[in-house]
Amino acid sequence: MSETLLRVASIETLYFDRIYALFGVSLEIHEGEIFTVLGPNGAGKTTLLRTIAGLLKDQPKKGEIVFGGRRIDGWQPEAVARLGIVYVPEDRGLFKELTVAENLKLGLWGRHDEGVKGDLAFVYGMFPILSERARQQAETLSGGEQQMLALGRAMLRRPRLLMLDEPSLGLAPRIARTVYDALATIAQRGTTILLVEQNARLALGVARRGAILEAGRVVLEGTARELADDENVREVYLGIGVAEASTKGWRLYRKRRRW
Amino acid sequence: MIEKLLQYTLTGFSAGSLYALVALGIVLIYRSTRVLNFAHGDIATLATFVSFSLLSHKYSFPVAFVVSLLVGAAVGIAFYFGVLVRAQRAGANLLGMVILTLGLALVIEGVVVWHWGAEPVSLPFPISDTKTYRVGPVVVSQLSIATMAAGLLGSLLLYLLVQKTRLGLAMRATSENVMAAQTLGIPTRMVLSVSWGVASALGVVAGIFLAPALLLDPFFMLDPFLKGFAAAVLGGLNSLPGAVVGALILGVAESLTGAYLSIQFKNTLAFLIIIVVLLLRPEGLLGKQFKERV
Repeated sequence: MSETLLRVASIETLYFDRIYALFGVSLEIHEGEIFTVLGPNGAGKTTLLRTIAGLLKDQPKKGEIVFGGRRIDGWQPEAVARLGIVYVPEDRGLFKELTVAENLKLGLWGRHDEGVKGDLAFVYGMFPILSERARQQAETLSGGEQQMLALGRAMLRRPRLLMLDEPSLGLAPRIARTVYDALATIAQRGTTILLVEQNARLALGVARRGAILEAGRVVLEGTARELADDENVREVYLGIGVAEASTKGWRLYRKRRRW
Repeated sequence: MIEKLLQYTLTGFSAGSLYALVALGIVLIYRSTRVLNFAHGDIATLATFVSFSLLSHKYSFPVAFVVSLLVGAAVGIAFYFGVLVRAQRAGANLLGMVILTLGLALVIEGVVVWHWGAEPVSLPFPISDTKTYRVGPVVVSQLSIATMAAGLLGSLLLYLLVQKTRLGLAMRATSENVMAAQTLGIPTRMVLSVSWGVASALGVVAGIFLAPALLLDPFFMLDPFLKGFAAAVLGGLNSLPGAVVGALILGVAESLTGAYLSIQFKNTLAFLIIIVVLLLRPEGLLGKQFKERV
């Protein structure tokens, strides 16, 4: 079994001190894997990532977050970022008024090592479109290009853990495919990825393990294979009809889930 | 006829270049922290009085000038770290922080009155405003040349800092999206404090170059501050080039109004401009409307 990189142990996150977003979520993410968290809107997926990144003030209220053997819950976001946890938010977190090249340069903030050139070449090699658009404002990029820029910028930070919030959001299927192929490439280089998605098919295609989050709780956890084979996941997330249709051609009630 | 026009336009440019320095400071802080700094003028007043004391104690002008800049910058940075960051941690909203700057303004006024008194004094300034040169059809004083040079140099240095350095890049990034900057590991607090320091120092430059033309009293920066604010609104509160353009337009318009309409009306013009701009083009000449930040 590979080593645990990030351990989240029964964390509780609240908004405005009274609205529970996470009810004791526990997860273990191993070194070098892609771990996906699936779930419907409002399940707390984004909250989970933001809690880990330290972006929610005074959160988590309870539980602990351990990264590489160090407790990091309650840290400032800059400090978390310096450990090598890179968070790409749903809105991609680009600086829209700056150029593509400037955005990438900011990804290199604090790096003075020899590998800078090589990493830039890797990013431009993975997404050649970025070098064509280097002098353009990030605002002028298409959704897919923006996602590529966000991923590229994240890679320049040499993340030990890359946290992505719905990278396929708003992308045409073919573009989403390109982005996911890039994720696979990134993972092959040894980067651990925590991937939050609604598109279960895409996510389970690249992930090694994953968990289902519903209403702030982990309801199912396992390898991607196990998740994909689970009857409930198949029905609810993959949309593969499992329940036999009723004789009248429709189902009278929603099938009861086992979790 | 044309001489008069040129002469007053030149005077306007000279005043406008000082408004530009004030406006740049206001815009720099507004852009990066969304706070309107009402203490901007008072920080400059305090630092100019420091200059006055040093010059009275026979320090040379360059020394006094540099020390004043440092004092101004230090007050700005100290206020940011000591008050604003704490207020933010305690959950203050923007309005609360703007009111805190008003509080700072009053505190500084109090300190200046307490230490230097309310009697107007004159700053011993090495550049004369009575020595003049004739350039073609117009007459220009040594002071107004120096003023324009200071305005130009201040704007240029700020431009180089913001557009050409790594720190400037971080400043632009932070002012656009603090959260994204944080997740990239950029020390946003440090970067924002630099904005406060640089902005305050620009105000001090304006204060020192204004002082010889006026008398130095605890409230002498109030009027220039309001003009700078008007210039910033005119140019667009989030646009640095806008601040310069707005300030030059305001300076020239004021000067021409004084020449051709009525000298009494001169000071009202700035506020008339604020009202008209806010009604017709709220984002200012070069400003861009902020997108709603979610």
